[in-house]
Amino acid sequence: MNKTDGLIRDIRAIKEKYQSKRAALLPALYLAQREFGWLSPEALEFVAEALDVPKASIKGTATFYAMFKNKPVGRHLIQLCTNVACMIMGAERLVDLLRDKYGIEPNGTSADGRFSLVIMECIGACDTAPAMLINEDFYDNLNKENIIDILENYK
Amino acid sequence: MKRALLRNIDNTNSADINEYIKISGYASLLKALEMKPSDVIDEVKTSGLRGRGGAGFPTATKWAFASMDPKFPKYLICNADEGEPGTFKDRPILEKNPHQLIEGMIISAYALSAEYGYIYLRGEYPNACNILNNAIKQAYGKGYLGDNISGKGVRFHLHVHQGAGAYICGEETALIDSLEGKRGQPRIKPPFPVNEGFLSRPTIVNNVETFANIPYIMEIGGEQYAKIGSPQCPGPKLFSVSGHVKTPGVYELPMGTTLREIIYTHCGGIKDDKKLKAVIPGGISTPILPADKIDCPMDFVSMPRYGSMLGSGAVMVFDESTDLVKVCLRAIKFFEHESCGKCTPCREGVGWMRAILKRICDYNGRETDIEHLLEVSENISGNTFCPLGDGAATVVQNFIKHFRGEFESKIKI
Repeated sequence: MNKTDGLIRDIRAIKEKYQSKRAALLPALYLAQREFGWLSPEALEFVAEALDVPKASIKGTATFYAMFKNKPVGRHLIQLCTNVACMIMGAERLVDLLRDKYGIEPNGTSADGRFSLVIMECIGACDTAPAMLINEDFYDNLNKENIIDILENYK
Repeated sequence: MKRALLRNIDNTNSADINEYIKISGYASLLKALEMKPSDVIDEVKTSGLRGRGGAGFPTATKWAFASMDPKFPKYLICNADEGEPGTFKDRPILEKNPHQLIEGMIISAYALSAEYGYIYLRGEYPNACNILNNAIKQAYGKGYLGDNISGKGVRFHLHVHQGAGAYICGEETALIDSLEGKRGQPRIKPPFPVNEGFLSRPTIVNNVETFANIPYIMEIGGEQYAKIGSPQCPGPKLFSVSGHVKTPGVYELPMGTTLREIIYTHCGGIKDDKKLKAVIPGGISTPILPADKIDCPMDFVSMPRYGSMLGSGAVMVFDESTDLVKVCLRAIKFFEHESCGKCTPCREGVGWMRAILKRICDYNGRETDIEHLLEVSENISGNTFCPLGDGAATVVQNFIKHFRGEFESKIKI
């Protein structure tokens, strides 16, 4: 239970920033996701208790947002933009490359559990498209060569 | 033009409070604190500032509504959820000039007697999140935030709140629901947030760029500010330019600069010297314009006369080789993904438009498909709580209006 002690403390600290306990929900879900890896039933129950907000309400919120994960993800999360600016600069070829070379489908995880891929709807890097986030690291001006070099840094 | 919003971004350490103070940062706040709150609102009114989030609503009018409401506490929210595809204009402020945003928020909070503020930042900007949190900490350290700002007995507390990847939360009532820990679904208006917003209290929501203008207005005065750019909507404006131009990026130019000047003078023209085919001038929701319609002044008042809108000032440029039917399909996939599901015409209609566009792109289109697309789009327009559905309908209608031949040629093959 030691790891969750810290989580309870962090969630309580966040509650102080708001005049309503429910308003602390999004930040609390982020913390729980970091701790549990994804928003498992156990993670949701934990947040419900820590915030004293009904679990059904929490599930309703958690399932609305693209960045909250309702299933386990690989060790590294690739969030690749394919919206218009990235698409016209070749982002779809990168999706094909990830499928062919690493066996990762959009919304899927590679067989070795190393990478998960999520297709993003614009990450605000249209001038240096195509762009992606790996975990919280940002990469832009991607092409079929440099994306392989970048992925090699994530084991 | 001297840059006002991105004035120090060439300095690699521009996000540091001491660098900002060196270029007279926080001097506008100290000036404002010597004025009556109502005089600060009047100064913004004189400036003619319009909200930079997309709708172009006069900022001082919004403020006056909130200021007249007797309920307390009042909340001040910065909309930093920029998610409109093509838009990345707020990012340089957030990452390189965060103190100008924070100073703008503190001045606004003083003018509106708001004691609590939140920056609702999109989840896709983790770097900006760290920078803002650090900048806020520095501002507390210097006494510009807290219970007794600069010893004047003024109270304002500010926090960053991270969104989690939902475009709809850029709509202000959905943003407020999201901030309350709920699903981000738009509310019906009225009541407007200025009267019943966050936790049912008067709430002022302004865009990042809007707040960043406030210290500049206090510095040069509303009257001087009103002389910059277009008379009916003055001031400097950030344009984020992407697609097939030689030098894409964020440009700070006077409001009313023409689309042609932005593309050919500031962005060096079309990449590889190809021909221009079309431009989306203000983010994906704004009507696409063909190449012969780019002599329009980019401001909130002029753009509708040229058949489009200024929106967020996100200019997306397409050269002659672009498959615009494919672009249309990708845009509609985006709206389908981001529809919150509350209103049936949007939830169902956008999915239908995507299905029809997909089969046209796959050369399986039917002869009636173009009329069918227009019919579905008309049934969405005006029948939804928020403008997301309208945006999707606008995309389809204007792509067909200007480039019908491209759709037809895919169907007839």
